[in-house]
Amino acid sequence: MTVVRISDDALALACGADAVAAAFVAAGCTVERVSSWGMHWLEPLAEIAGRGFGPLTPGDVAAVLAGDSPLGIGPIAEHPFIARQQRFTFARAGKTRPLSLDDYAATGGWAGLARARELGPEATIAEVAQSGLRGRGGAGFPAGIKWTTVAKAPGARKYVVCNADEGDSGTFADRMVMEGDPFMLIEGMAIAGYAVGATHGYVYVRSEYPHAIAKMRAAAELAAPIIAPFRVEVRVGAGAYVCGEETSLLNSLEGKRGEVRAKPPLPALEGLFGKPTVVNNVLTLAAVPWIMAHGGSHYAAVGFGRSRGTMPIQIAGNVRHGGLFEAGFGITLGELVMEIGGGTASGRPVHAVQVGGPLGAYHPPGDFHLPFDYESFAAADGLIGHAGLSVFDDSADMSALARFAMQFCAAESCGKCTPCRIGSTRGVEVIDRIRARSGRGADRVETLPQMHNARKGARTLAEDIGLLEDLCETMKFGSLCALGGFTPYPVLSALKHFPQDFGLDAPVQEAAE
Amino acid sequence: MNMTAAECDAEIDRILALHAGRDGAMLPILHDIQAALGHVPETAIRAIAHALNLSRAEVHGVVSFYHDFHDTPATRPVIKLCRAESCQARGVEALAATLAGETRVKIEPIYCLGLCSVGPNAMVGETLHARLDAARLSALVESVA
Repeated sequence: MTVVRISDDALALACGADAVAAAFVAAGCTVERVSSWGMHWLEPLAEIAGRGFGPLTPGDVAAVLAGDSPLGIGPIAEHPFIARQQRFTFARAGKTRPLSLDDYAATGGWAGLARARELGPEATIAEVAQSGLRGRGGAGFPAGIKWTTVAKAPGARKYVVCNADEGDSGTFADRMVMEGDPFMLIEGMAIAGYAVGATHGYVYVRSEYPHAIAKMRAAAELAAPIIAPFRVEVRVGAGAYVCGEETSLLNSLEGKRGEVRAKPPLPALEGLFGKPTVVNNVLTLAAVPWIMAHGGSHYAAVGFGRSRGTMPIQIAGNVRHGGLFEAGFGITLGELVMEIGGGTASGRPVHAVQVGGPLGAYHPPGDFHLPFDYESFAAADGLIGHAGLSVFDDSADMSALARFAMQFCAAESCGKCTPCRIGSTRGVEVIDRIRARSGRGADRVETLPQMHNARKGARTLAEDIGLLEDLCETMKFGSLCALGGFTPYPVLSALKHFPQDFGLDAPVQEAAE
Repeated sequence: MNMTAAECDAEIDRILALHAGRDGAMLPILHDIQAALGHVPETAIRAIAHALNLSRAEVHGVVSFYHDFHDTPATRPVIKLCRAESCQARGVEALAATLAGETRVKIEPIYCLGLCSVGPNAMVGETLHARLDAARLSALVESVA
């Protein structure tokens, strides 16, 4: 009987994988639901004896089984998109059934936890430190240092919190880990718990990911005897983007409004319920089992500069070959967008690439030489964030996207600090004026005779641009967290690289810079 | 959801009992109430405040902070259409404009479903829809309206 492997990842389901699977069953095949290979333009992708076919509809099934389907892509593992990758975290992608403990154990699962238990907590942290693993949520803080702080913090009760509130547009690697390889994340959390002396772990998953929630809950139950005495509990967010910020997430877990906390105290010392807490992103914790099983030095051998190991890069937006591409740091932005992503899906020229989600900068094709690592992007006034790329073609209006960044910040601000709460609304207004080239005259209060010092004349476009830059600086340095602090990145990068979209001509552009 | 007031209260009590003694029980309780009743009524806020030893203002503050919790039930079927950057890059704004006069369903914005390489995307209940164009979105509206 023919065995057909089809993903049950949310993206495959959204593209109609269930109907395709049912058609194969109706044709007498055995269907295995596995994780996704990450080649999203080919979903629903069916694998028969190592060969791939996609994107399929139920109507294509007869031709696939008869051997004359034009949708064949040959051996999946040899496909250029897969062959160019270096998959550590996504080594099992496309190959195992997500909730099969047998599949997980047969592919090296639990080896990292076993080795950690052999080495002891201190040597485990040393191994993670040696790997050079940095937080994959965006901040890039060394995981080994964070774990050491928690391990040394006094307190009988400590927590491990997995930040799975993946709200950035253009990112889906956390979702793919949770839906495709949930035991790996649980193993990573168990290792972290063992290393720092925590017995309780929480996974905070956003409510927009119902499939990931279901898989994580099922996996936590199945894995409970293996990871005991450590326990993993899945908690669900409630639609607040700001809860991806670690202190806001902790408040939300405690049952409060997801308001950001001032730091210090660091969560590592006073985190969840005031106890020492490791807060790591899904990808950080998911990298740990590989590091423990293969050794920190092997992980550190890959990478670029101070960014060690691999990064699961998510290629999305208006791109021909979108999907998950895990590679060592150092690959250039141009390679990712043009060679691997194949340029835009619409066939028009690439206009801009937003790297790092809604709080990341818009990069013009002139930045395509940048190597993908934390420091190189920081030096180019950008950030890699959670490594999501959103590609835009030349129909994109960058001033509208800059306005959207401010509007999104206004909608999602937790309200705790003024630069973010008020600044984002004022930002929308200023960008609206710039876009309308309307300038701004004196308002009713400013024209009152008592207002001696108020300016009576209208503000020019150049002054409005200056005001926007000033506002961005205030938000960048005055906000409590990355929401208000990083919203200036998309705004200022759009203004800097695409002044024509703001209605600026060349002389004003120079004045703006 | 046509429940009598007594049935609502019984459901709220059942949910509160389910989470009794749990650390940080507020969000799990609110999710269960929202799912069971379709909204979080004032009576639930009072009951939660009593059960968790909080003020009603504190509970109301939490309910109103999160987009997922509503103080009134939805009157129309809801389609959550992703309006984030990656879906914008794939033309969701033009797509949304085609539904401007649609009154039978409520089109709510949602910021990212994590299907950013195959947008524009939408979610109805827990069912996901990708690669939407005008025809597919219109068919989706017809199927839920």
